[in-house]
Amino acid sequence: MSKVFERLYNGIIKENPTFVLMLGMCPTLAVTTGAMNGLGMGLSTCAVLMMSNLMISLLRRFIPERVRMPAYIVVVASFVTVVELLMQAYVRSLYASLGLYIPLIVVNCIILGRAESYASKNPPLVSFFDGVGMGLGFTLALTVIGAVRELLGAGTVFGFRVMPQSFTPISIMVLAPGAFFVLACLTALQNKLGAPSATNKKGFTCDGRCSGCMDKSCSMREESDKE
Amino acid sequence: MSYIGTLFIGIISAALVNNVVLSRFLGLCPFLGVSKKTSTAVGMGAAVIAVISLSSAITYFINRYVLRENLAYLRTIVFILIIAALVQTVEIILKKKMPSLYKALGVYLPLITTNCAVLGVAIDSAQKGYNFAETMVYSVGTALGFLIAIVIMAGIRERIEKNNIPESFKGMPIVLVTAGLMAIAFVGFSGTL
Repeated sequence: MSKVFERLYNGIIKENPTFVLMLGMCPTLAVTTGAMNGLGMGLSTCAVLMMSNLMISLLRRFIPERVRMPAYIVVVASFVTVVELLMQAYVRSLYASLGLYIPLIVVNCIILGRAESYASKNPPLVSFFDGVGMGLGFTLALTVIGAVRELLGAGTVFGFRVMPQSFTPISIMVLAPGAFFVLACLTALQNKLGAPSATNKKGFTCDGRCSGCMDKSCSMREESDKE
Repeated sequence: MSYIGTLFIGIISAALVNNVVLSRFLGLCPFLGVSKKTSTAVGMGAAVIAVISLSSAITYFINRYVLRENLAYLRTIVFILIIAALVQTVEIILKKKMPSLYKALGVYLPLITTNCAVLGVAIDSAQKGYNFAETMVYSVGTALGFLIAIVIMAGIRERIEKNNIPESFKGMPIVLVTAGLMAIAFVGFSGTL
């Protein structure tokens, strides 16, 4: 049981995929125009992540070493399709606002990264909770970034007005450049406080690069290490 | 306006107005990770152009003649497998037939499978129901936009290296600030078309 809580703590705090590992940057920046979108994207990724971790862990003795990547991709893509169809049926407005980024959960490096580095080596139950922890960590990060951008860019959080009427919204924060600025300030703050993050610890992870988590298939990493 | 003119505007729109990295946030990982030197950035951009054009052409025909309307829900699974297989095939062929080109592009190829711009373009043009010419214009334009963005970024980063920036902004933060400023410049294109 303690293993389960350890996994949850690890995913949400210690190795938070966004703040610490700097993985899955594309959805992090793209959909966080508001807290609601961030929460929706985080939860759909979380659903895919825990199911794919469970499934890959169950299949870990059956998937041959050499074709493991395509096998993982098929598993992940199937769950993404399931989530996509469910969202299309039950939460249409969220589905419409997330749009293209839902099928793109397939190429979110957090999912393949966890499959490769955790689920393929560990039993189903802990892998499942590893997925839950990582997914919730991702959800938390996206919701926080979304809330900050929504607060500065529109004066609201989750659609509720927080700032006084006299506050002039900094509308660039909800546009594309705002995403970069918020994340830049966040990582700078982490550097300042000396908090562990992929951006200030060499070799901690893949230098903020998705491909790094696919260890063996990545020749780029060796090349950039030589530089 | 003539058909050719429409296609030309399509390229400009996909490359500049809706820049793939700076306004649609696709392909951010290589954009942030492989933009330390201009030469590697050009290599990555060229590899992305090649893979996006090829994969869009193939996925267009698969979508049109195999999946059609009734199997549309299989798009995600089929497209990602096609892209992964395609990248592997291109890598093997290049290694065997064109070693010099492989040396220049080869290291970037495995990275491209997880580049969400490739899958994003394929799914987007299938969802929007583009015809073949429109699909190709859209994908080449998008890939061109990626090349432009990553080369500009690499150029700026080479100069930043020599500058005196605050300690806590060194590394990733200053890169993100640069990307934000570039994004502001690209926002300026919106409304021009």
